[in-house]
Amino acid sequence: MSVQPDVLTPYARALGIEVAGMDGGIALVLPFASSVEGRPGVLHGGAIGGLLETAGYAAVQITLAEQEIERRLKPINVTVQFLSAGRPHPTYAQGRIVRLGRRVANVAVEAWQADRAKPIATAVMNIMVAPARPPLGSD
Amino acid sequence: MNRPAHGSTFDPAQAAPLLLRLGHVGWLGLEYHSHGDDWTELVLPWRDDLLGDSERELLATGPIVSLCDMASGMAIWNAMARFVPIATLDLRVDYQRAARPRHAVHARARCYTLTRSSAFVTGTAHDGDSSDPVARFSGCFMRIDRPAVA
Repeated sequence: MSVQPDVLTPYARALGIEVAGMDGGIALVLPFASSVEGRPGVLHGGAIGGLLETAGYAAVQITLAEQEIERRLKPINVTVQFLSAGRPHPTYAQGRIVRLGRRVANVAVEAWQADRAKPIATAVMNIMVAPARPPLGSD
Repeated sequence: MNRPAHGSTFDPAQAAPLLLRLGHVGWLGLEYHSHGDDWTELVLPWRDDLLGDSERELLATGPIVSLCDMASGMAIWNAMARFVPIATLDLRVDYQRAARPRHAVHARARCYTLTRSSAFVTGTAHDGDSSDPVARFSGCFMRIDRPAVA
């Protein structure tokens, strides 16, 4: 049994993101607060983006830990699609690894509120899966 | 790019204290930096609690997404010369390198096309040297102050 990695960065904790559950993969939750509000009563797109990215990294970290592979993750890019306005309710997010290669992980992430079947935003992320320690001879 | 002929105005410098005070962008502490005809530049000051990697003191990418999104919105209102409610349809951020520890990050967004209902934005983020960006981004936004056309 591998040790579960800490998937919450200082940024994620400051924003209020918590682990919601591990059912069918790790899911995160972002409670609504003024610190994540955009237009009055609506979740800010940037906060949704931050939640989606955190969930994407979490999915890869959990999978690597299960396979007992030590790697460092680096962002390559993210594309966020905003589907509907985020209401002042808790927002959940879960990432699905589309492909985990030796160098790159491709992850699809969904965020939803009351209804899992009605996502409010989705993201596609490319994440570099780099060696945990630089190889000898490199700087 | 077509600019509205009417006399309405939107001055990013004047609007910033109001638009950047509250909510998520207020929490992040975003600040106005500068603007031109079709662009606006905002700053995300360094903060110890926005890290994605504590060991290396690397800023998380989430605040950069928020910065790019807000700079895009202000570039659009600036280009339209008025404030209208808009929603982000999509936003892509290509991370070129990690931002240097303890450096503020700037994002300059340019609204290169305005249609009746949509606005298209592109921009770069940097941590002091605009010729060495930390990220490039592009996004599509939609006006939500008018009923949808049948």
